[in-house]
Amino acid sequence: MSIIVQQLINFLQLGSIYALTAISFSMVYGIAGLVNFAHGSVFGVSMYVLFFVSTLLFQVMESTWLVYVIALTASCVVTSLVALLIEQIAYRPLRKAPKVTVVVSSVGVGMVLQYLILNTAGSKALRMPKLIPDIKFALLGVNIPLFKILIILIAIVTMILLNLIVKKTRLGTAMRAVSQDTIAAGFMGIATSRVISASFVFGAVLAAIAGSLYGTAYSIFAYNVGEQIIWWSFIAAVLGGIGSIRGAVLGGFIISAISILAPMVLPVSSYKDIVAFAVMILVLLIKPTGLLGKKVNEKI
Amino acid sequence: MNENKRIGEPILRADNLHVSYGKIAALKGVSFEVHKGEVVAILGANGAGKTTTLNALTGVLPIKSGSVQFQGKSLVNVPTNRITAMGVVHVPEGRHIFPDLTVEENLRVAAYLYESKNKPLLQERKEQVFDLFPRLKERIHQPGGTLSGGEQQMLAIGRALVTGSELLLLDEPSMGIAPKLVAEIFQTITKIAKNGQTIMLVEQNAVMAMKIAHYCYVLETGCVTYEGTSEYIQANERIAQAYLG
Repeated sequence: MSIIVQQLINFLQLGSIYALTAISFSMVYGIAGLVNFAHGSVFGVSMYVLFFVSTLLFQVMESTWLVYVIALTASCVVTSLVALLIEQIAYRPLRKAPKVTVVVSSVGVGMVLQYLILNTAGSKALRMPKLIPDIKFALLGVNIPLFKILIILIAIVTMILLNLIVKKTRLGTAMRAVSQDTIAAGFMGIATSRVISASFVFGAVLAAIAGSLYGTAYSIFAYNVGEQIIWWSFIAAVLGGIGSIRGAVLGGFIISAISILAPMVLPVSSYKDIVAFAVMILVLLIKPTGLLGKKVNEKI
Repeated sequence: MNENKRIGEPILRADNLHVSYGKIAALKGVSFEVHKGEVVAILGANGAGKTTTLNALTGVLPIKSGSVQFQGKSLVNVPTNRITAMGVVHVPEGRHIFPDLTVEENLRVAAYLYESKNKPLLQERKEQVFDLFPRLKERIHQPGGTLSGGEQQMLAIGRALVTGSELLLLDEPSMGIAPKLVAEIFQTITKIAKNGQTIMLVEQNAVMAMKIAHYCYVLETGCVTYEGTSEYIQANERIAQAYLG
Protein backbone atom coordinates (compact mmCIF):
# COMPACT_ATOMS: atom_id res chain seq x y z
CA MET A 1 0.00 0.00 0.00
CA SER A 2 2.61 2.53 1.08
CA ILE A 3 4.73 1.87 -1.99
CA ILE A 4 1.72 2.55 -4.21
CA VAL A 5 1.04 5.90 -2.51
CA GLN A 6 4.71 6.80 -2.74
CA GLN A 7 4.92 5.94 -6.41
CA LEU A 8 1.66 7.75 -7.09
CA ILE A 9 3.12 10.91 -5.54
CA ASN A 10 6.32 10.41 -7.53
CA PHE A 11 4.28 10.00 -10.70
CA LEU A 12 2.32 13.20 -10.05
CA GLN A 13 5.50 15.11 -9.20
CA LEU A 14 7.40 14.03 -12.31
CA GLY A 15 4.29 14.39 -14.46
CA SER A 16 3.78 17.97 -13.25
CA ILE A 17 7.34 18.88 -14.13
CA TYR A 18 7.18 17.23 -17.56
CA ALA A 19 3.79 18.80 -18.22
CA LEU A 20 5.16 22.28 -17.47
CA THR A 21 8.32 21.82 -19.54
CA ALA A 22 6.29 20.32 -22.39
CA ILE A 23 3.93 23.32 -22.34
CA SER A 24 6.86 25.72 -22.25
CA PHE A 25 8.36 23.92 -25.25
CA SER A 26 5.04 23.72 -27.08
CA MET A 27 4.19 27.39 -26.54
CA VAL A 28 6.53 28.78 -29.18
CA TYR A 29 5.63 26.04 -31.64
CA GLY A 30 1.93 26.63 -31.17
CA ILE A 31 2.16 30.35 -31.83
CA ALA A 32 5.15 30.89 -34.08
CA GLY A 33 5.11 27.46 -35.74
CA LEU A 34 8.76 26.74 -35.07
CA VAL A 35 10.46 24.01 -33.10
CA ASN A 36 12.65 25.73 -30.55
CA PHE A 37 15.49 23.33 -29.78
CA ALA A 38 17.34 26.11 -27.96
CA HIS A 39 14.68 25.84 -25.28
CA GLY A 40 16.65 23.19 -23.35
CA SER A 41 19.45 25.66 -22.84
CA VAL A 42 16.97 28.29 -21.70
CA PHE A 43 15.85 25.78 -19.08
CA GLY A 44 19.52 25.30 -18.14
CA VAL A 45 20.03 29.06 -17.75
CA SER A 46 17.01 29.22 -15.44
CA MET A 47 18.51 26.53 -13.18
CA TYR A 48 21.84 28.36 -12.90
CA VAL A 49 20.28 31.75 -12.20
CA LEU A 50 18.12 30.12 -9.53
CA PHE A 51 21.16 28.40 -8.06
CA PHE A 52 23.40 31.47 -7.90
CA VAL A 53 20.74 33.90 -6.69
CA SER A 54 19.41 31.56 -4.00
CA THR A 55 22.91 30.59 -2.79
CA LEU A 56 23.74 34.27 -2.50
CA LEU A 57 20.50 35.11 -0.70
CA PHE A 58 20.85 32.28 1.81
CA GLN A 59 24.00 34.03 3.08
CA VAL A 60 21.92 37.03 4.17
CA MET A 61 18.44 35.69 4.89
CA GLU A 62 16.81 32.65 6.35
CA SER A 63 13.27 32.50 5.04
CA THR A 64 13.31 29.85 2.33
CA TRP A 65 9.99 31.14 0.95
CA LEU A 66 11.35 34.63 0.42
CA VAL A 67 14.49 33.24 -1.17
CA TYR A 68 12.41 31.05 -3.43
CA VAL A 69 10.21 33.93 -4.59
CA ILE A 70 13.12 36.34 -5.19
CA ALA A 71 15.32 33.75 -6.91
CA LEU A 72 12.46 32.53 -9.09
CA THR A 73 11.60 36.10 -10.09
CA ALA A 74 15.23 36.74 -11.01
CA SER A 75 15.34 33.54 -13.01
CA CYS A 76 12.11 34.42 -14.84
CA VAL A 77 13.49 37.84 -15.80
CA VAL A 78 16.85 36.51 -16.99
CA THR A 79 15.40 33.59 -18.97
CA SER A 80 12.84 35.91 -20.59
CA LEU A 81 15.63 38.22 -21.71
CA VAL A 82 17.65 35.28 -23.02
CA ALA A 83 14.62 33.94 -24.89
CA LEU A 84 13.95 37.35 -26.45
CA LEU A 85 17.59 37.60 -27.48
CA ILE A 86 17.44 34.14 -29.06
CA GLU A 87 14.33 35.16 -30.96
CA GLN A 88 16.01 38.33 -32.25
CA ILE A 89 19.24 36.62 -33.26
CA ALA A 90 18.24 33.14 -34.37
CA TYR A 91 14.62 33.35 -35.52
CA ARG A 92 13.53 36.81 -36.59
CA PRO A 93 15.99 37.05 -39.48
CA LEU A 94 14.71 33.66 -40.68
CA ARG A 95 10.96 34.42 -40.69
CA LYS A 96 10.73 33.65 -44.39
CA ALA A 97 13.39 30.93 -44.51
CA PRO A 98 12.59 27.21 -44.90
CA LYS A 99 11.67 25.37 -41.69
CA VAL A 100 14.85 23.23 -41.75
CA THR A 101 17.01 26.36 -41.66
CA VAL A 102 15.21 27.50 -38.54
CA VAL A 103 15.66 24.11 -36.85
CA VAL A 104 19.40 24.17 -37.57
CA SER A 105 19.60 27.71 -36.25
CA SER A 106 17.76 26.74 -33.06
CA VAL A 107 20.03 23.74 -32.43
CA GLY A 108 23.05 25.98 -33.02
CA VAL A 109 22.00 28.75 -30.67
CA GLY A 110 21.12 26.11 -28.06
CA MET A 111 24.64 24.68 -28.24
CA VAL A 112 26.23 28.12 -27.98
CA LEU A 113 24.18 28.81 -24.87
CA GLN A 114 25.01 25.45 -23.29
CA TYR A 115 28.73 25.98 -23.81
CA LEU A 116 28.45 29.48 -22.42
CA ILE A 117 27.04 27.91 -19.25
CA LEU A 118 29.83 25.32 -19.26
CA ASN A 119 32.53 27.96 -19.62
CA THR A 120 31.15 30.32 -17.00
CA ALA A 121 29.87 27.87 -14.37
CA GLY A 122 32.07 24.85 -15.05
CA SER A 123 31.26 21.20 -15.67
CA LYS A 124 30.93 20.20 -12.01
CA ALA A 125 27.51 19.02 -10.92
CA LEU A 126 25.86 21.39 -8.45
CA ARG A 127 23.36 20.90 -5.67
CA MET A 128 20.40 23.27 -5.61
CA PRO A 129 19.85 24.83 -2.15
CA LYS A 130 16.62 23.71 -0.48
CA LEU A 131 14.02 26.23 -1.62
CA ILE A 132 11.11 24.63 0.21
CA PRO A 133 11.41 23.82 3.95
CA ASP A 134 12.19 20.18 4.60
CA ILE A 135 8.97 19.20 6.34
CA LYS A 136 7.42 15.75 6.19
CA PHE A 137 3.90 14.75 7.05
CA ALA A 138 2.04 11.48 7.18
CA LEU A 139 -0.53 10.58 4.59
CA LEU A 140 -2.12 7.12 4.38
CA GLY A 141 0.65 5.71 6.51
CA VAL A 142 3.41 7.19 4.36
CA ASN A 143 5.77 10.02 5.26
CA ILE A 144 5.53 12.50 2.43
CA PRO A 145 7.85 15.48 2.05
CA LEU A 146 6.00 18.80 1.77
CA PHE A 147 7.98 19.81 -1.31
CA LYS A 148 6.51 16.98 -3.38
CA ILE A 149 2.97 18.17 -2.69
CA LEU A 150 3.96 21.78 -3.31
CA ILE A 151 5.58 20.92 -6.65
CA ILE A 152 2.32 19.35 -7.79
CA LEU A 153 0.29 22.31 -6.50
CA ILE A 154 2.56 24.96 -8.02
CA ALA A 155 2.43 23.16 -11.38
CA ILE A 156 -1.37 22.91 -11.27
CA VAL A 157 -1.81 26.56 -10.29
CA THR A 158 0.60 27.63 -13.06
CA MET A 159 -1.35 25.62 -15.63
CA ILE A 160 -4.68 27.03 -14.48
CA LEU A 161 -3.31 30.58 -14.62
CA LEU A 162 -1.89 29.99 -18.08
CA ASN A 163 -5.20 28.61 -19.26
CA LEU A 164 -7.00 31.70 -17.92
CA ILE A 165 -4.53 34.04 -19.61
CA VAL A 166 -4.84 32.26 -22.94
CA LYS A 167 -8.64 31.97 -22.80
CA LYS A 168 -9.71 35.25 -21.23
CA THR A 169 -7.21 38.05 -21.73
CA ARG A 170 -6.71 40.26 -24.75
CA LEU A 171 -3.14 39.05 -25.22
CA GLY A 172 -4.25 35.42 -24.89
CA THR A 173 -6.96 35.84 -27.51
CA ALA A 174 -4.42 37.51 -29.79
CA MET A 175 -2.04 34.60 -29.22
CA ARG A 176 -4.70 32.10 -30.23
CA ALA A 177 -5.52 34.19 -33.29
CA VAL A 178 -1.86 34.34 -34.37
CA SER A 179 -1.47 30.62 -33.79
CA GLN A 180 -4.49 29.81 -35.98
CA ASP A 181 -3.91 32.27 -38.81
CA THR A 182 -0.99 34.67 -38.67
CA ILE A 183 -2.00 36.60 -41.79
CA ALA A 184 -5.59 37.13 -40.68
CA ALA A 185 -4.32 38.20 -37.23
CA GLY A 186 -2.41 41.00 -38.99
CA PHE A 187 -5.63 42.04 -40.75
CA MET A 188 -7.22 42.40 -37.30
CA GLY A 189 -4.59 44.92 -36.28
CA ILE A 190 -2.56 42.52 -34.16
CA ALA A 191 1.19 43.18 -34.16
CA THR A 192 2.02 39.55 -34.90
CA SER A 193 5.76 39.79 -34.29
CA ARG A 194 5.13 41.21 -30.81
CA VAL A 195 2.75 38.37 -30.02
CA ILE A 196 5.42 35.89 -31.19
CA SER A 197 7.95 37.61 -28.89
CA ALA A 198 5.41 37.29 -26.09
CA SER A 199 5.18 33.54 -26.73
CA PHE A 200 8.95 33.29 -26.23
CA VAL A 201 8.62 35.11 -22.91
CA PHE A 202 5.77 32.82 -21.81
CA GLY A 203 7.85 29.78 -22.76
CA ALA A 204 10.83 31.13 -20.81
CA VAL A 205 8.80 31.93 -17.67
CA LEU A 206 7.22 28.48 -17.73
CA ALA A 207 10.67 26.93 -18.16
CA ALA A 208 11.95 28.94 -15.18
CA ILE A 209 9.05 27.79 -12.99
CA ALA A 210 9.56 24.20 -14.14
CA GLY A 211 13.30 24.58 -13.50
CA SER A 212 12.67 25.64 -9.92
CA LEU A 213 10.46 22.60 -9.40
CA TYR A 214 12.98 20.28 -11.02
CA GLY A 215 15.74 21.70 -8.84
CA THR A 216 13.62 21.20 -5.74
CA ALA A 217 12.73 17.64 -6.66
CA TYR A 218 16.11 16.33 -7.81
CA SER A 219 18.66 18.90 -6.46
CA ILE A 220 21.65 17.69 -8.51
CA PHE A 221 22.20 19.21 -11.92
CA ALA A 222 24.99 20.12 -14.33
CA TYR A 223 25.50 22.31 -17.38
CA ASN A 224 23.70 19.83 -19.67
CA VAL A 225 20.55 19.58 -17.53
CA GLY A 226 18.45 21.17 -20.26
CA GLU A 227 19.50 18.61 -22.83
CA GLN A 228 17.80 15.68 -21.11
CA ILE A 229 14.76 17.54 -19.94
CA ILE A 230 14.11 19.03 -23.36
CA TRP A 231 14.15 15.63 -25.05
CA TRP A 232 11.59 14.31 -22.62
CA SER A 233 9.41 17.38 -22.99
CA PHE A 234 9.77 17.17 -26.76
CA ILE A 235 8.51 13.57 -26.70
CA ALA A 236 5.73 14.56 -24.30
CA ALA A 237 4.69 17.51 -26.47
CA VAL A 238 4.75 15.50 -29.71
CA LEU A 239 2.94 12.59 -28.10
CA GLY A 240 0.16 14.83 -26.80
CA GLY A 241 -0.04 16.92 -29.96
CA ILE A 242 2.54 19.63 -30.38
CA GLY A 243 1.21 23.15 -30.02
CA SER A 244 -1.68 22.05 -27.82
CA ILE A 245 -1.49 22.96 -24.13
CA ARG A 246 -3.79 20.15 -23.03
CA GLY A 247 -1.83 17.77 -25.23
CA ALA A 248 1.41 18.79 -23.53
CA VAL A 249 -0.10 18.10 -20.10
CA LEU A 250 -1.37 14.71 -21.18
CA GLY A 251 1.94 13.84 -22.84
CA GLY A 252 3.85 14.95 -19.73
CA PHE A 253 1.88 12.62 -17.49
CA ILE A 254 2.14 9.70 -19.93
CA ILE A 255 5.93 10.08 -20.07
CA SER A 256 5.98 10.31 -16.29
CA ALA A 257 3.94 7.10 -15.99
CA ILE A 258 6.35 5.32 -18.32
CA SER A 259 9.37 6.58 -16.35
CA ILE A 260 7.88 5.28 -13.09
CA LEU A 261 6.27 2.04 -14.27
CA ALA A 262 8.77 0.77 -16.84
CA PRO A 263 11.70 0.29 -14.40
CA MET A 264 9.42 -1.85 -12.18
CA VAL A 265 8.87 -4.45 -14.90
CA LEU A 266 11.96 -4.11 -17.09
CA PRO A 267 15.33 -5.73 -16.25
CA VAL A 268 17.32 -2.53 -16.92
CA SER A 269 15.84 0.77 -15.81
CA SER A 270 17.21 2.78 -18.73
CA TYR A 271 15.08 0.64 -21.05
CA LYS A 272 12.33 3.09 -20.12
CA ASP A 273 13.71 5.39 -22.83
CA ILE A 274 12.99 2.69 -25.40
CA VAL A 275 9.46 2.30 -24.09
CA ALA A 276 8.85 6.06 -24.21
CA PHE A 277 10.07 6.36 -27.80
CA ALA A 278 8.15 3.24 -28.82
CA VAL A 279 4.94 4.68 -27.37
CA MET A 280 5.54 7.95 -29.20
CA ILE A 281 6.17 6.19 -32.52
CA LEU A 282 3.12 4.01 -32.03
CA VAL A 283 0.89 7.01 -31.29
CA LEU A 284 2.23 8.89 -34.31
CA LEU A 285 1.62 5.88 -36.55
CA ILE A 286 -2.01 5.79 -35.50
CA LYS A 287 -2.54 9.54 -35.10
CA PRO A 288 0.18 11.60 -36.81
CA THR A 289 -0.92 14.83 -35.09
CA GLY A 290 -0.44 13.37 -31.60
CA LEU A 291 -3.19 12.49 -29.15
CA LEU A 292 -4.86 15.90 -28.86
CA GLY A 293 -3.27 17.63 -31.83
CA LYS A 294 -5.32 19.13 -34.61
CA LYS A 295 -4.63 18.89 -38.28
CA VAL A 296 -2.96 22.14 -39.28
CA ASN A 297 -3.49 23.47 -42.76
CA GLU A 298 -0.23 24.46 -44.36
CA LYS A 299 0.21 28.17 -43.85
CA ILE A 300 0.78 30.32 -46.92
CA MET B 1 -19.13 59.85 -72.28
CA ASN B 2 -19.53 59.83 -68.54
CA GLU B 3 -16.98 57.08 -67.89
CA ASN B 4 -15.02 59.18 -65.41
CA LYS B 5 -17.89 60.41 -63.31
CA ARG B 6 -17.02 59.71 -59.69
CA ILE B 7 -18.66 60.50 -56.40
CA GLY B 8 -16.99 61.85 -53.27
CA GLU B 9 -13.39 62.79 -52.64
CA PRO B 10 -10.52 60.36 -53.26
CA ILE B 11 -9.36 58.59 -50.08
CA LEU B 12 -7.08 56.01 -51.66
CA ARG B 13 -4.77 56.67 -54.55
CA ALA B 14 -2.44 54.04 -56.00
CA ASP B 15 0.01 55.18 -58.58
CA ASN B 16 2.08 53.03 -60.95
CA LEU B 17 2.22 49.99 -58.64
CA HIS B 18 4.71 47.27 -59.47
CA VAL B 19 4.66 43.96 -57.61
CA SER B 20 6.45 40.75 -58.50
CA TYR B 21 6.73 37.17 -57.31
CA GLY B 22 10.46 36.54 -57.62
CA LYS B 23 11.28 37.43 -61.20
CA ILE B 24 7.72 37.24 -62.46
CA ALA B 25 5.99 40.60 -62.62
CA ALA B 26 2.44 40.38 -61.29
CA LEU B 27 1.50 44.07 -61.39
CA LYS B 28 3.08 46.22 -64.07
CA GLY B 29 2.22 49.79 -63.24
CA VAL B 30 -1.32 49.70 -61.90
CA SER B 31 -2.98 52.99 -60.95
CA PHE B 32 -6.40 53.52 -59.45
CA GLU B 33 -8.42 55.64 -57.06
CA VAL B 34 -11.09 54.93 -54.52
CA HIS B 35 -13.38 57.78 -53.51
CA LYS B 36 -15.16 58.15 -50.20
CA GLY B 37 -18.52 56.36 -50.20
CA GLU B 38 -17.84 54.48 -53.42
CA VAL B 39 -17.94 50.79 -54.22
CA VAL B 40 -15.04 50.21 -56.59
CA ALA B 41 -14.76 46.85 -58.34
CA ILE B 42 -11.61 45.31 -59.72
CA LEU B 43 -12.59 42.91 -62.48
CA GLY B 44 -10.61 40.54 -64.62
CA ALA B 45 -9.84 36.94 -65.37
CA ASN B 46 -7.94 34.50 -63.17
CA GLY B 47 -4.31 35.58 -62.78
CA ALA B 48 -4.94 39.14 -63.89
CA GLY B 49 -3.54 40.47 -60.61
CA LYS B 50 -6.71 41.26 -58.68
CA THR B 51 -5.80 39.54 -55.43
CA THR B 52 -2.20 40.69 -55.80
CA THR B 53 -3.46 44.28 -55.89
CA LEU B 54 -5.24 43.89 -52.54
CA ASN B 55 -2.30 42.02 -51.01
CA ALA B 56 0.01 44.85 -52.05
CA LEU B 57 -2.29 47.46 -50.50
CA THR B 58 -2.28 45.81 -47.07
CA GLY B 59 1.38 44.89 -46.90
CA VAL B 60 0.92 41.14 -47.41
CA LEU B 61 3.11 41.47 -50.50
CA PRO B 62 5.96 43.97 -50.81
CA ILE B 63 5.52 46.80 -53.29
CA LYS B 64 8.49 46.96 -55.66
CA SER B 65 7.82 50.48 -56.85
CA GLY B 66 5.01 52.98 -57.08
CA SER B 67 3.05 54.76 -54.38
CA VAL B 68 -0.12 54.23 -52.38
CA GLN B 69 -1.66 57.05 -50.41
CA PHE B 70 -4.54 56.55 -48.01
CA GLN B 71 -5.96 59.83 -46.69
CA GLY B 72 -2.65 61.46 -47.51
CA LYS B 73 -0.48 58.85 -45.77
CA SER B 74 1.69 56.35 -47.59
CA LEU B 75 0.94 52.65 -47.17
CA VAL B 76 4.19 51.51 -48.76
CA ASN B 77 6.34 49.42 -46.38
CA VAL B 78 3.84 49.79 -43.54
CA PRO B 79 3.15 46.52 -41.65
CA THR B 80 -0.30 44.98 -42.11
CA ASN B 81 -1.44 45.60 -38.54
CA ARG B 82 -0.67 49.33 -38.84
CA ILE B 83 -2.57 49.53 -42.12
CA THR B 84 -5.59 48.05 -40.32
CA ALA B 85 -5.11 50.66 -37.59
CA MET B 86 -5.20 53.37 -40.31
CA GLY B 87 -8.60 52.04 -41.43
CA VAL B 88 -7.84 49.89 -44.48
CA VAL B 89 -9.14 46.42 -43.65
CA HIS B 90 -8.68 43.35 -45.80
CA VAL B 91 -11.23 40.52 -46.02
CA PRO B 92 -9.06 37.94 -47.75
CA GLU B 93 -9.90 35.37 -50.35
CA GLY B 94 -10.79 32.12 -48.62
CA ARG B 95 -12.11 34.10 -45.62
CA HIS B 96 -9.33 33.21 -43.16
CA ILE B 97 -11.55 33.17 -40.09
CA PHE B 98 -9.99 31.75 -36.93
CA PRO B 99 -11.33 28.17 -36.95
CA ASP B 100 -10.94 27.33 -33.25
CA LEU B 101 -12.23 30.66 -31.95
CA THR B 102 -15.97 31.03 -31.49
CA VAL B 103 -17.93 33.54 -33.56
CA GLU B 104 -17.87 35.89 -30.58
CA GLU B 105 -14.12 35.48 -30.07
CA ASN B 106 -13.49 36.08 -33.78
CA LEU B 107 -15.31 39.39 -33.41
CA ARG B 108 -13.48 40.18 -30.19
CA VAL B 109 -10.09 39.71 -31.86
CA ALA B 110 -11.16 42.33 -34.39
CA ALA B 111 -11.45 44.84 -31.54
CA TYR B 112 -7.86 44.17 -30.49
CA LEU B 113 -6.81 47.75 -31.19
CA TYR B 114 -9.38 49.46 -28.99
CA GLU B 115 -10.91 46.82 -26.69
CA SER B 116 -8.96 47.86 -23.61
CA LYS B 117 -9.81 51.53 -24.12
CA ASN B 118 -13.38 51.28 -25.32
CA LYS B 119 -15.36 48.17 -24.45
CA PRO B 120 -18.81 49.68 -25.27
CA LEU B 121 -17.64 50.36 -28.83
CA LEU B 122 -17.00 46.64 -29.32
CA GLN B 123 -20.47 45.88 -27.98
CA GLU B 124 -22.04 48.47 -30.27
CA ARG B 125 -20.24 47.24 -33.39
CA LYS B 126 -20.99 43.62 -32.52
CA GLU B 127 -24.70 44.49 -32.37
CA GLN B 128 -24.45 46.17 -35.78
CA VAL B 129 -22.85 43.04 -37.22
CA PHE B 130 -25.59 40.86 -35.72
CA ASP B 131 -28.20 43.19 -37.24
CA LEU B 132 -26.58 42.72 -40.65
CA PHE B 133 -26.07 38.97 -40.23
CA PRO B 134 -28.64 37.54 -37.81
CA ARG B 135 -27.30 34.05 -38.59
CA LEU B 136 -24.08 34.91 -36.80
CA LYS B 137 -25.96 35.70 -33.63
CA GLU B 138 -27.54 32.26 -33.71
CA ARG B 139 -24.08 30.74 -33.94
CA ILE B 140 -22.38 33.06 -31.45
CA HIS B 141 -20.74 30.31 -29.34
CA GLN B 142 -19.87 28.01 -32.23
CA PRO B 143 -16.23 27.69 -33.37
CA GLY B 144 -15.64 29.52 -36.66
CA GLY B 145 -14.43 26.35 -38.32
CA THR B 146 -17.83 24.68 -37.95
CA LEU B 147 -19.69 27.39 -39.91
CA SER B 148 -20.70 26.91 -43.54
CA GLY B 149 -18.74 28.75 -46.24
CA GLY B 150 -21.37 31.47 -46.50
CA GLU B 151 -21.53 31.98 -42.74
CA GLN B 152 -17.73 32.17 -42.61
CA GLN B 153 -17.85 34.89 -45.25
CA MET B 154 -20.38 36.78 -43.13
CA LEU B 155 -18.09 36.40 -40.13
CA ALA B 156 -15.09 37.58 -42.15
CA ILE B 157 -16.96 40.71 -43.27
CA GLY B 158 -18.42 41.23 -39.79
CA ARG B 159 -14.99 40.95 -38.24
CA ALA B 160 -13.62 43.59 -40.61
CA LEU B 161 -16.49 45.93 -39.70
CA VAL B 162 -15.74 45.50 -35.99
CA THR B 163 -12.20 46.81 -36.58
CA GLY B 164 -13.84 50.07 -37.62
CA SER B 165 -12.78 50.03 -41.26
CA GLU B 166 -12.89 53.19 -43.33
CA LEU B 167 -12.05 51.28 -46.48
CA LEU B 168 -13.15 47.68 -46.73
CA LEU B 169 -11.25 45.44 -49.16
CA LEU B 170 -13.32 42.42 -50.18
CA ASP B 171 -11.55 39.65 -52.06
CA GLU B 172 -13.88 37.27 -53.96
CA PRO B 173 -16.71 37.23 -51.41
CA SER B 174 -18.71 34.91 -53.68
CA MET B 175 -16.06 32.23 -54.04
CA GLY B 176 -16.91 28.76 -52.76
CA ILE B 177 -20.31 29.74 -51.42
CA ALA B 178 -23.76 28.29 -52.06
CA PRO B 179 -25.57 30.39 -54.75
CA LYS B 180 -28.43 31.21 -52.40
CA LEU B 181 -26.02 32.73 -49.89
CA VAL B 182 -24.12 34.65 -52.59
CA ALA B 183 -27.22 36.72 -53.26
CA GLU B 184 -27.68 37.29 -49.53
CA ILE B 185 -24.08 38.38 -49.08
CA PHE B 186 -24.21 40.76 -52.02
CA GLN B 187 -27.41 42.26 -50.63
CA THR B 188 -25.64 42.86 -47.35
CA ILE B 189 -22.63 44.40 -49.08
CA THR B 190 -25.03 46.79 -50.80
CA LYS B 191 -26.58 47.61 -47.45
CA ILE B 192 -23.18 48.26 -45.88
CA ALA B 193 -22.28 50.51 -48.81
CA LYS B 194 -25.55 52.45 -48.43
CA ASN B 195 -24.57 53.11 -44.81
CA GLY B 196 -21.59 55.02 -46.19
CA GLN B 197 -18.91 52.33 -46.02
CA THR B 198 -16.31 52.72 -48.78
CA ILE B 199 -15.61 49.36 -50.42
CA MET B 200 -13.10 47.99 -52.86
CA LEU B 201 -14.32 44.71 -54.28
CA VAL B 202 -12.39 42.09 -56.20
CA GLU B 203 -14.63 39.69 -58.10
CA GLN B 204 -14.53 37.16 -60.86
CA ASN B 205 -18.29 37.28 -60.98
CA ALA B 206 -18.31 40.53 -62.97
CA VAL B 207 -22.06 40.67 -63.55
CA MET B 208 -22.72 40.50 -59.83
CA ALA B 209 -19.98 43.00 -59.01
CA MET B 210 -21.11 45.59 -61.56
CA LYS B 211 -24.60 45.55 -60.07
CA ILE B 212 -23.29 47.05 -56.84
CA ALA B 213 -20.15 48.92 -57.97
CA HIS B 214 -20.09 52.59 -58.91
CA TYR B 215 -16.79 52.40 -60.68
CA CYS B 216 -14.78 49.54 -62.18
CA TYR B 217 -11.24 48.82 -63.19
CA VAL B 218 -10.58 45.95 -65.57
CA LEU B 219 -7.24 44.23 -65.02
CA GLU B 220 -5.48 42.15 -67.62
CA THR B 221 -2.11 40.44 -66.90
CA GLY B 222 -1.06 43.06 -64.39
CA CYS B 223 -2.26 46.19 -66.18
CA VAL B 224 -5.44 48.26 -66.01
CA THR B 225 -6.89 48.01 -69.50
CA TYR B 226 -10.24 49.72 -68.97
CA GLU B 227 -11.87 51.81 -66.32
CA GLY B 228 -15.19 53.54 -65.99
CA THR B 229 -18.56 53.51 -64.30
CA SER B 230 -20.35 50.19 -64.21
CA GLU B 231 -22.81 51.50 -66.83
CA TYR B 232 -19.97 52.45 -69.12
CA ILE B 233 -18.22 49.09 -68.79
CA GLN B 234 -21.49 47.21 -69.30
CA ALA B 235 -22.39 49.33 -72.33
CA ASN B 236 -19.02 48.83 -73.92
CA GLU B 237 -19.51 45.63 -75.83
CA ARG B 238 -15.85 45.12 -76.62
CA ILE B 239 -14.88 44.98 -72.95
CA ALA B 240 -17.83 42.81 -72.10
CA GLN B 241 -16.94 40.31 -74.77
CA ALA B 242 -13.22 40.28 -74.11
CA TYR B 243 -13.08 40.04 -70.34
CA LEU B 244 -16.36 39.66 -68.67
CA GLY B 245 -17.99 36.77 -70.52
